Amino acid sequence: MSKFEALQGNEAVATAMRQINPDVVAAYPITPQTSTVQKFADFVADGLVDTEFVCVESEHSAMSACVGASTAGARVMTATAANGLALMWEIVYIAASNRCPIVMSLVNRALSAPINIHCDHSDVMGMRDSGWIILFSEDGQEAYDNLIQAVRIGEHPDVLLPVAVCQDGFITSHEMARVEIYDDADVKAFVGEYEPRWPLLDVENPKTYGPLDFYDYYYEHKRQQVEAMEHAQRVILEVAEEFNRKFNRDYGLFEPYRLQDARVAVVAANSTAGTAKTVVDQLRDQGLKVGLLKPRVFRPFPARELTEALQHLEAIAVMDRSISFGAMNNAGPLFLELAAALTLHGVHIPMADYVYGLGGRDVRPAEIEHVYRDALEIAETGQTERMVTYLGVRE
Amino acid sequence: MEQKGWRDIPIGGMILDAGNAVEYLTGGWRAFRPVFGEADCIHCFTCWLYCPDSSILVDTENEKMTGFDLEHCKGCGICAAVCPVNEKVIKKTDQELERDDVRLCIRMVEEGKVEE
Amino acid sequence: MAELTEIRWHGRGGQGVVTAGKLLAETALGTGQYFQAFPDYGPERMGAPIRAYTRLSYQPINIHSQIEEPNVVLVLDPTLLGSVPVTEGLKEDGTLVVNTSMSPAEVRKITGFQTGQVFTVDASHIAIDEMGREITNTPMLGAFARATGLFDLDDLTEQLRAWFGKKISPEAIEANVRALRRAAEEVQRG
Repeated sequence: MSKFEALQGNEAVATAMRQINPDVVAAYPITPQTSTVQKFADFVADGLVDTEFVCVESEHSAMSACVGASTAGARVMTATAANGLALMWEIVYIAASNRCPIVMSLVNRALSAPINIHCDHSDVMGMRDSGWIILFSEDGQEAYDNLIQAVRIGEHPDVLLPVAVCQDGFITSHEMARVEIYDDADVKAFVGEYEPRWPLLDVENPKTYGPLDFYDYYYEHKRQQVEAMEHAQRVILEVAEEFNRKFNRDYGLFEPYRLQDARVAVVAANSTAGTAKTVVDQLRDQGLKVGLLKPRVFRPFPARELTEALQHLEAIAVMDRSISFGAMNNAGPLFLELAAALTLHGVHIPMADYVYGLGGRDVRPAEIEHVYRDALEIAETGQTERMVTYLGVRE
Repeated sequence: MEQKGWRDIPIGGMILDAGNAVEYLTGGWRAFRPVFGEADCIHCFTCWLYCPDSSILVDTENEKMTGFDLEHCKGCGICAAVCPVNEKVIKKTDQELERDDVRLCIRMVEEGKVEE
Repeated sequence: MAELTEIRWHGRGGQGVVTAGKLLAETALGTGQYFQAFPDYGPERMGAPIRAYTRLSYQPINIHSQIEEPNVVLVLDPTLLGSVPVTEGLKEDGTLVVNTSMSPAEVRKITGFQTGQVFTVDASHIAIDEMGREITNTPMLGAFARATGLFDLDDLTEQLRAWFGKKISPEAIEANVRALRRAAEEVQRG
């Protein structure tokens, strides 16, 4: 029987980790992830898991230890944020290209400088080319559910890629809320046993990981990663369907909210999507036909499905919690990728980008309402006055 | 060797055919070749221990060092550098010896100047 | 009460402000309510003024932004009055509950909050009396329950006992319970 508990997002993640009971966790503390690893360390100390917990001296070492353990044949999990992720950057790419199905809780926090411990999406956006599967979570419940599914997604023989499960730093990681925790046995049965195909510890069949490739084979190995990403979308949906049957929660590539009959919509990820839902309801009560699309799977980017879901709209406002400095109009990555997806599928809808919430700057319902009203204006005139707006910055 | 497509190779660059480095014949890299000299080998296996290319041939049954795998030996000269008999010879003559001096146990002879 | 209740807590680091918010969350869980409990994170240390927040609703709560206009404000440390703008954003028909030996009228004067309802209780005195320490969070929870009617005292007490569980001695738990109930009795409205 599942039960409802009062848990912070990080505690929900630690609970998922306990129920998954990975072989190895190698992690280094960093705000706002620390309480996850701290709580998990308690589980280890109390003998509630069989996990080998490796305390390392930096995030670079953490991911290195994870890759070592994973190639040995272990089921591996870790957690980090912001500059911790940045420090492990080279190994993050190696985890993906070595085809290690490592599962990581990424608590989204702004990258320095200046040092900021609060939420934005600059950290995850820095790894979008790394070859990891990337999932967004609106709240602690989703982070918990995504983490459980991530194990199955990454370990699928057609995929074999690491998975990052994101949630907003402090906003949901430290927000205590009502989370449904499933039965230990049910989670254990769902994730099953990890059956590594080519573990280093299989000494009967010795093998090598991480050799040198010259220009004659490197490209082919990268092409294989593309193949895995293509399979990943299908696998993510298969796992979600099984998850829904077992735990009665329906996940897809994204969540449409009152989108089908909307004239305009906002596209926003993580916790801001939740706040936007409240605004949608308020504006709908006023008779305005507005909706929301909340991305869940960012990598692989479901361009075709997103296009299908959005193509009926008269205007789209994308909310980005990071800037791709120097990109077109210094917009955010979600906007840029969505614009490419729609345009290249032959769909031409006026779109605008709203960069918000950098470094944990709060985004209020009133501001999101402003975005919707802008979108409605754009829908009326067919013109986008400003491609990129920096919402909430003091001029 | 025919080059394979991405579907025909293990993922992630894994080498599943363990020990296949033996197929790469690096003997052609040599500028110098190890050759036995006049000093008797004492079969201490020090050269075998240090050789980075596993190119010292040994007869494990009779516990004797038998020669050099010239298909793989890259001529680095580590065997000659660590050979204790070489060291003894050098000490005894009490002078600088050329690497290819016949009095040594293992001599490093320039490729192209090897007497067959 | 409105569908969504937004609460802001004021205290100093080390006074159990965050714990109070969590305790309320646990009680809400037990009564089938949805809730959020979260603190402000800044460069705190013991003694620095901090804020914590709670949202309560019988409907799922999707909003995750900061609470700008709380319905209820709780002040656990009387020394904050006058130095911290505790009534900032408090809704016009909102409720202010303050740990102080002053009367509601005096609190209204200092804070400038002239509408809504003001409740005062000398939680510090109750805490020292019942528990021997000035940890005001449990008595303030009792005052909160009485002032807002949002929670049944019995539910809160039960949750308090479960929360403390084996963390503190049975005597200490009962002292907390006494403090909570006494504050509920003694809280004044004005």
